[in-house]
Amino acid sequence: MRRWLADHWVMTVGLMVLLYLFLPIAVVAGLSFNRPSNRLSYDFNAFTTDNWTNLCGPADLCDAVGRSAWIGLLSTLFATILGTLMAFALARHRFRGRSLTNLLIFLPMATPELVMGTSLLALFTAGGLQLGFVTILIAHVMFCVSFVVVTVKARLAGMDARLEEAAMDLYATPFQTFRRITLPLVLPGIVAAALLAFSLSFDDFIITNFNSGNTVTFPMYVWGANQRGIPPQVNVIGTAMFAIALLLVLATNVRRRRGARVA
Amino acid sequence: MTTPETGDLRITNVTKRFGEFTAVDDLSLTVPQGAFFALLGASGCGKTTTLRMVAGLEEPTTGEIRLGDRDITRLRPYQRPVNTVFQSYALFPHLDVFENVAFGLRRRKLRQVKEQVDKMLELVQLGGFGKRKPAELSGGQQQRVALARALINHPQVLLLDEPLGALDLKLRRQMQIELKRIQTEVGITFVHVTHDQEEAMTMADTVAVMNAGKIEQLGRPAEIYEYPATAFVANFLGQSNLLAGEAAGRSGDVVQVAAYEQRFAVPAVRSRTDRGPVFLGVRPEKLALVPAGAAVPAGHQFVAGVVTDSSYVGVSTQYLVRTGWGTELAVFAPNGGDATQLAVGSQVTAHWNPHHAFLLERAPGEGDQTTPLLDSPDTVGVGS
Ligand SMILES: Nc1ncnc2c1ncn2[C@@H]1O[C@H](COP(=O)(O)OP(=O)(O)OP(=O)(O)O)[C@@H](O)[C@H]1O
Ligand SMILES: [Mg+2]
Repeated sequence: MRRWLADHWVMTVGLMVLLYLFLPIAVVAGLSFNRPSNRLSYDFNAFTTDNWTNLCGPADLCDAVGRSAWIGLLSTLFATILGTLMAFALARHRFRGRSLTNLLIFLPMATPELVMGTSLLALFTAGGLQLGFVTILIAHVMFCVSFVVVTVKARLAGMDARLEEAAMDLYATPFQTFRRITLPLVLPGIVAAALLAFSLSFDDFIITNFNSGNTVTFPMYVWGANQRGIPPQVNVIGTAMFAIALLLVLATNVRRRRGARVA
Repeated sequence: MTTPETGDLRITNVTKRFGEFTAVDDLSLTVPQGAFFALLGASGCGKTTTLRMVAGLEEPTTGEIRLGDRDITRLRPYQRPVNTVFQSYALFPHLDVFENVAFGLRRRKLRQVKEQVDKMLELVQLGGFGKRKPAELSGGQQQRVALARALINHPQVLLLDEPLGALDLKLRRQMQIELKRIQTEVGITFVHVTHDQEEAMTMADTVAVMNAGKIEQLGRPAEIYEYPATAFVANFLGQSNLLAGEAAGRSGDVVQVAAYEQRFAVPAVRSRTDRGPVFLGVRPEKLALVPAGAAVPAGHQFVAGVVTDSSYVGVSTQYLVRTGWGTELAVFAPNGGDATQLAVGSQVTAHWNPHHAFLLERAPGEGDQTTPLLDSPDTVGVGS
């Protein structure tokens, strides 16, 4: 009886937490199909699909989304390459300053974004760099790298080093060993790191705000629009992003399950 | 790499240190080409480290490893005609069984991969398992995949690090026979590491007993069993009764030994030393018991005692006999037609043919040693 209570107590709390997590998303999804009565209203007024069909209606919205996507893709690319290489170095090689590097890697994650944003701004200004696309990119790569390193390193640490030895014992050169054994086994970690980097970059506001100059990314567009009334199309972008993320998670789950069962 | 070169595996004065710790200590040994060589020793004595140096996965701190007239000490693992069956299998989890086995062939761009792999899988009784992932196999099946994956490359030397450890007794016997057959057929040099002394003795042409990074003794299984070189070997390989005594030098063909106010003689050819502190060793099955006062066969030597324990194990009865000076002797009496069981508490005389005894060096201060009795009747005894 007590056990029954305990189980259901846990379940109730769990459901409430889930509700708490997903309610805002449900609201956003709902609002994406809403025709607001006026610019500053968030009431559910009337159902419409106009927001979805007329996505680029509000001036500059699509530009901002496109810019954020570009910055996201590029910083993901650079951060993933850099971070993966660092993770390999840290996981596989002993060198002077290794434990120090391991420690320093966590610093960018622990530093408040506000501090990082201002210090980057000071750095760029002192260096005479024109604020804009490039400075945003540099800043994003910087704060994404740590997350990539930590994610890939965790995957590498979970990999039995003897597999690589076995491959070398079976006539694989170091490159072939990397290509046939190490990479396929670490790839899920790298993909996870890349997805994380992209989502970090895509929705970063604080650091970007300090270092963007006149360049407007999607989060900054939303921030700016907020003062005039957020166009409902923003909810469409939000819902679409959530849907894409959900699909990706589902796809990897299905793949993993199928992988475990069949092949 | 595939052209067979004639050559023995020669390890010369190899030492391996991990920091301060010496895992392999000035080891030298030669494995003749085509031999089945077993490396036996307690856990942590450096067996795996030795194999890893031969495979190229660990570089010796000092010393040299040669294969025939080729120095392979510093060659990379993929440059050596040596393959390993790892202690932990190390199967590639993302590749199926077929691709695991085919891995070595593919790296060397050999032809007829499919035929060879299928044949190899049949050989290890895994035909039809090709599409499975390693995680979907039992421990024993994984081990056989590991074996197939190495064997398919027909290396000059195959290193086996306890490849049969996870198999049940029946499959283990089967695989032992299979391994031995394959080895004889293809003429590959096998270096086989095992904890199982029976396995080592039945399969290998030559056995090396390792202790703390050194080879204690190397020879044919029967040689080592019948005339061990050290107390460690005597206890590790089978069971032994070791009586602490003092050797008083040779007289004629025998070495005189004094132990516990009794005099014994051991043939000089079975003595590792003839002076100073010694162990007089006799295997339990070489000891026989007669009731106290009964006649002892002519020429036999004997010790008096009391039976303190007897366990009937079918083919033999294993007794413990307490000697006058308080230590115990293990005696295995075969249960032949007229064997009478001796009750616990009986006064007995344990006797042996001096040609079955052996004399070993003893560190001063070391007392008698008897390997404890086993309950299981199926082995000669597992030391340590
Ligand atoms: N990379 C390493 N660093 C430090 N010490 C090591 C390393 N590899 C092995 N050792 C030590 O060297 C000794 C020999 O190890 P090894 O693996 O060769 O033992 P083994 O005889 O194969 O034992 P087992 O029968 O348990 O497999 C052990 O004491 C081990 O702790
Ligand atoms: Mg080992």
